[in-house]
Amino acid sequence: MVEHTGIRVVHRGGSKINFREPVITSDSRFLLCGSGESVKVYSTSTEECVHDLQGHTDLVTGVVLNPSNHLQAYSCSADGTVRLWDFTDGILIKTFIIRYHIFSIHVSEKHVGVLFVVVPMANEKGSELFQLVAVHLPRSGDPEVEVGELSAVLCDVSPNPGAVSFGTGGEYIAAAKGLQLEVFFFKKQKSYRFSLKSGMNKGINNSFTCISCHPKEDCIATGHADGKIRLWRNFNQKKEYTYSTLHWHHNAVNTLRFTPEGTNLLSGGIESVLVQWRYTQENQKDFLPRLGAAITHIAVSPDGSLFCTSHADNKITIILSSVKVSAIIQGLVKDDCVRTDLMIDPRSKALVLNGKPGHLQFYSLHRDKQLYNLDIVQQEYIHEQGVDQFQVVKAAFDTHGDWLATVEERRQKSSELEINLKLWSYDEQTQSFVLNTTVTAPHEDQITAMCFSPSPETTLLVTTSLDGHFKAWLLADHSDTEESASWSCDFVGGYHLLKPGCCCFSADGSLLAFGFQEVVTVWSPTSWELLTTLSQPPGAVRDLCFGRLSCSKYLLGTSTKNQLCCWNLLTCSLEWNTPMDVSLLQADPFSENMAAFCSQSGSTDLFVFKPSEPRPLFSKKALCTGKVERAIFAPRDQMLESSEEYSQWLNRSQLYFLTQHMDLMTFSTKTEEDRLLASSKQLMVDDSVAITPFYLLLGRHKQQQQEKQELLTNPLAERTPLPQGSIAIKELLDTPAHVLPSASFLCSMFVRSLLVSSSSARVEKEPAEEEMKSESEEVDSDGEADLFQPKQELWGSAAQDPVEESGAPVLTKAQERELRRVKKLDLSWLSSLLDC
Amino acid sequence: MGEFKVHRVRFFEYMPTAIRAMSFNAHTERLALARVDGSVEVFNFADRYFQEKVIPGKDAHSIEALCWVGGRLFSAGLHGEITEYDLENLRPKYSLEAYGGPIWTIISNPQGTHVAIGCEDGTVKLFEVLAEGVQFERNLDRQKGRIISLSWHPSGTRIAAGMMDMIRVFDVLTGDVGGCKSRETVVWTVVFLSDHTIFSSDSAGKVQVWDGHTGTLVKTHQLTKWDVLALSVSKDESSVVAGTSEGTVVQFQFIAPNLQQQEKEWVRTRTFKNHTHDVRALVEIGTAIVSGGMDTQLVVRPLLEKFEEKCFASGLRRIHFPHRNLVSCAQKARLLLLQFPGQLELWRLGESDGHGKPGDILPLKTKPEKLLYLKRKGKDHICCSALSSCGGWLAYSTVSSVRLYRLQTDNNISITKVLQSPGCLGMWSLPVRTMTTELGLALHLPVTLKETQSKLCITLAIPFSHNHVSLFQLHCMVPMYSSCPSAMGIHPTTNNLTMVHADQQIFEFSIAEKQYTVWSRKLQMQGLHNLWLNRDTPVTHVTFNPKNPDQILLHDMYMFCIIDQSLPLPDQKTQFYNQMTLRSLSEQERPSHLHAFKVCKSFQDLMCMRLLDDQSLVVVERPLMAINSQLPAPVRQKKFAT
Repeated sequence: MVEHTGIRVVHRGGSKINFREPVITSDSRFLLCGSGESVKVYSTSTEECVHDLQGHTDLVTGVVLNPSNHLQAYSCSADGTVRLWDFTDGILIKTFIIRYHIFSIHVSEKHVGVLFVVVPMANEKGSELFQLVAVHLPRSGDPEVEVGELSAVLCDVSPNPGAVSFGTGGEYIAAAKGLQLEVFFFKKQKSYRFSLKSGMNKGINNSFTCISCHPKEDCIATGHADGKIRLWRNFNQKKEYTYSTLHWHHNAVNTLRFTPEGTNLLSGGIESVLVQWRYTQENQKDFLPRLGAAITHIAVSPDGSLFCTSHADNKITIILSSVKVSAIIQGLVKDDCVRTDLMIDPRSKALVLNGKPGHLQFYSLHRDKQLYNLDIVQQEYIHEQGVDQFQVVKAAFDTHGDWLATVEERRQKSSELEINLKLWSYDEQTQSFVLNTTVTAPHEDQITAMCFSPSPETTLLVTTSLDGHFKAWLLADHSDTEESASWSCDFVGGYHLLKPGCCCFSADGSLLAFGFQEVVTVWSPTSWELLTTLSQPPGAVRDLCFGRLSCSKYLLGTSTKNQLCCWNLLTCSLEWNTPMDVSLLQADPFSENMAAFCSQSGSTDLFVFKPSEPRPLFSKKALCTGKVERAIFAPRDQMLESSEEYSQWLNRSQLYFLTQHMDLMTFSTKTEEDRLLASSKQLMVDDSVAITPFYLLLGRHKQQQQEKQELLTNPLAERTPLPQGSIAIKELLDTPAHVLPSASFLCSMFVRSLLVSSSSARVEKEPAEEEMKSESEEVDSDGEADLFQPKQELWGSAAQDPVEESGAPVLTKAQERELRRVKKLDLSWLSSLLDC
Repeated sequence: MGEFKVHRVRFFEYMPTAIRAMSFNAHTERLALARVDGSVEVFNFADRYFQEKVIPGKDAHSIEALCWVGGRLFSAGLHGEITEYDLENLRPKYSLEAYGGPIWTIISNPQGTHVAIGCEDGTVKLFEVLAEGVQFERNLDRQKGRIISLSWHPSGTRIAAGMMDMIRVFDVLTGDVGGCKSRETVVWTVVFLSDHTIFSSDSAGKVQVWDGHTGTLVKTHQLTKWDVLALSVSKDESSVVAGTSEGTVVQFQFIAPNLQQQEKEWVRTRTFKNHTHDVRALVEIGTAIVSGGMDTQLVVRPLLEKFEEKCFASGLRRIHFPHRNLVSCAQKARLLLLQFPGQLELWRLGESDGHGKPGDILPLKTKPEKLLYLKRKGKDHICCSALSSCGGWLAYSTVSSVRLYRLQTDNNISITKVLQSPGCLGMWSLPVRTMTTELGLALHLPVTLKETQSKLCITLAIPFSHNHVSLFQLHCMVPMYSSCPSAMGIHPTTNNLTMVHADQQIFEFSIAEKQYTVWSRKLQMQGLHNLWLNRDTPVTHVTFNPKNPDQILLHDMYMFCIIDQSLPLPDQKTQFYNQMTLRSLSEQERPSHLHAFKVCKSFQDLMCMRLLDDQSLVVVERPLMAINSQLPAPVRQKKFAT
């Protein structure tokens, strides 16, 4: 078998945004957080992701603002580099290569040109000891700089970034580990260590968990595993130091943060309550309860107007300083296991899986954003260990996304298993699923599989259960009565009292296959007649899958005893079989392709094949460690045009899978990456235009967009400021002042641009634009899709159409003049507004 | 060590009373402590927190405040009198009516020339301290409400007074200066610092910091929902502690918010919780915070940053029981005499004829029986009592008199007064610390002890026959030792005096030869084991085994010990608590591991331990749990998860 190098396994979407503390920019407009291998920039007001700063090749382990330029941010990563970004434009400015696995990064205003990073002591990834080192950044113009100078500041620090904090004005740094607090004074080059008595014999764990220094006074707040907060003072003395204790949390304090003026102290823990303590008036506290999940980090904006909290369920909550939640950025909620399978909602094309307890989450893979949560269980979740509560264990969509079936179960000790089958219909008006039918105890035992019939004529649901039966549920239409349609059981079947493990409809819905342990039975869903049985012992059937399109005559099955079998349904005989331990078999709904994940000696291999062909289309050995239990083919919003044979299977859909560590991974081809790169540049400029009320008011949306497209496709042309025309004005108005040349220089240019242009000027300009367009055409063909709304998908795929292409410039030209006029108007508006 | 049949006595319902006031004399390192029943105790902090002196209280004579003037101790109370104590003879020296109604507080100026009292009628009265007593000097401006608390400025020119809803600052020479107003509270305590900062604690649960010049509020610390009853400032004025009704002690420290700057402010820092009930009295003594309150225990909480290394003083100390005996036992007659402040109780021990394995609980044949309830006469509380070993004689003493009774306990119980010596008789009114009565042919009653630092004299009084008492004084100078003896006993056969001091040293003095015995010298040469020396509580009783003259029995609150003089002394390397090891060894190996100290910790909260003539032990326990359960309910506090 051939290994293909053109396809990479990448993290895309659904990565953790709560891994490290987020950062709020000084104007409180953006929120930066490390997410997998990239840094995401979110708008704090709209919750939208504005940039995805890509460049790191391993997990991003920390983001901080550049203390000497508030429009830049440093990020550090496990790949051993620190990168400096311009986050407003999404540009990578510099890369500092440190060559150590970096765990966290700290900066201070007092130490200009110095970064403090936590690296392992022995430069090994597995090392248990960590040190804090100062990195002196070399002054060099190169975009990639090797950093040679590292000086150790503190030895044996905790790798947790919350356990290190800079004190007032960067004069000292405090770090806590285990039962010891260490304060290092830079001026005196002296460190003081304070240790707490271990309370282990009293059953108290009072080890340090987090630390925060007061920004104005010399006071260090430390959080402890027993829920106490200690405020340390007088710590420049060995003996006479003192601390006071605050206690509200009943469990470990996960994070602590002083507000920039030091008037308040924020703390959070597993209680999922944000506690705001008044500094020096500690018995007055404010609470923000019911934040949904344990707080893991707290960040405060430099002006103190916004707080944000990261939560254990991959969520960032943005909180106003009046302790009110203003926005929630929700990532993919990954519990310790996915009980429901991964599914694709046929309507929204969103990934569906269980998220919060008792909920189904709808997650858009393209926008990397949670769309919404559907409360399935509809019962209050009790945050307490050891309480058995209802869990969503199965869910299925029908082909059009009109119906959703869910199964929830609760197994209490010493009592019967409780199962509910719920059927939800899609409501066009509310754009969400509405509960239609609840079936309590649909089966006597656990439901093993559930699927809707894909045939367009009937709405049929089949469930199989360990009680030895399968049931068919039919939507009974009560069109004559007042009641709306509801579901009822239509047929109960079984086979020799064997327990069915899986079920599968053929692509047209004419056949239904059940795996009854070692026997595969094929039924006709119209007459409920057992058509044939297929069997290939030994080993119980694990997965069943009908072939699609040209291969629809094949039925594939995997068994527990390392067998992958393919039956020809026309001859009812075994076509081929191979000995493979297939843990998961997944069919692509848009092609004949099948993906088989085989676990072999601790890692997983992937084979993509067509049932009709003996040779796999694609294979990848050692995809990831551990077993892959969940995978899904997600449709692409727009086809890839890959001609290489090995990547053709990724043209129409994309294969996502969940590793053992609950990382959502996917495959990316070269063409896709190229396109992504282009689109990221588009996005970059896209955001430099702030959507102001004026902008919307003047209704220039469409024109602008088109104009932009021309520009965006050619980022180089856009970068150099054109001296004349609307673009220049736009640039002038929207670029931050500090990157502009001096006003005197601009003024003359600006005035010149406002003059009614002579014919010569226009003639000059036109060819330039034409040129730009022709340049951009090839890129356009596959590059502009991301800008369009999903509804414009068709338009995007038809972008090569020459009529469309030529039509656009004509329109632009006609409106260009208009636009310029409007622009002048706009300016007067603006100035008059500014005057008053 | 032999095995004993043990009478485990738990019917002694001893109940200490709540601590009301404290005053610390930094010069002599003595802490004076007043309890609600009017008794005053003096602890010597230089001598292992030993309870050196106890002055028993009087009915209707409660004490609200104590103060030291030099080495003299004054108290004042709601009875409206100022009392000075005679610390030599352990009795009130005189009482002076102040004519201002109940007195809430008494305080001396730092110079030691005057005391000021705060009265119910709203006056602050100044008294001049003279050699023979105090003399009224003048009244400061009379206020509307009662004066609850007073504090002198360290210069002695001003005095701050806390009253209902108000704090007033008086100029001692001229009169009223100014006031700070708070609302609808009782200002329980005020503390006047030398920079004219006034700390006040009040019934609203607040500790407030005031500027004493202008009378403005600087800062409020809300400590609790309940009262803040006590405040104390350290000598260098860098720390103030406050005691609350919740039983917590909160420390405020004067520290610079920025380490580089000199400007300091008062910051609330540590919280100590060592009490279950109100902290009524609080003293900061430099290296420790001493607190006491409703839960009757005295807690010495050391400030660990003041200690360079671990030592005896750096451990938390709780003093529950008095450092003296409240129980006496008639070994022959199997009687127990229990002493309460107001009465004596005589009990006959139960009997059992069962035999069992070690560790078994034997069934009782006869139950313990209360034979006698003897109420004291007069207002003064009982300060000590004794029972002769034959059970025929009973004696008790108060501050003013000593009474001796003849007891008949065989068939019909009867008691006849033999002797009542009037209080003026000097000898009897001496500080009677311990009395033991032994009746052989004669009753000899070694009444201890007038212990100044320089000499220790033992006075023996031997009363003869029924109604004829003759007194003998036997002066015998025991060499001086720096620590106070906490227990002593005279050996019945060898006539050696065994003394255990507060610092846990043991001496044996031969009365006949008037010198230390050989064993005692050997013990001093070798030194005592560190574990013995670092024990928490002083030994309160010494007794001897009549069957085995080599054995000395000692006990303190947490253990009892048998010292076998025939066995080798332990050195620092030997295992001190070796009972478990010995049990695991075979008979042959045991003798090589034996040493003189045999410690038993199976009985806790010991009030008394005696060896009866039939070689059975009587152990009187008073579990702290039982004391705690009889305390009034503490203030209600919300506890998490309840």
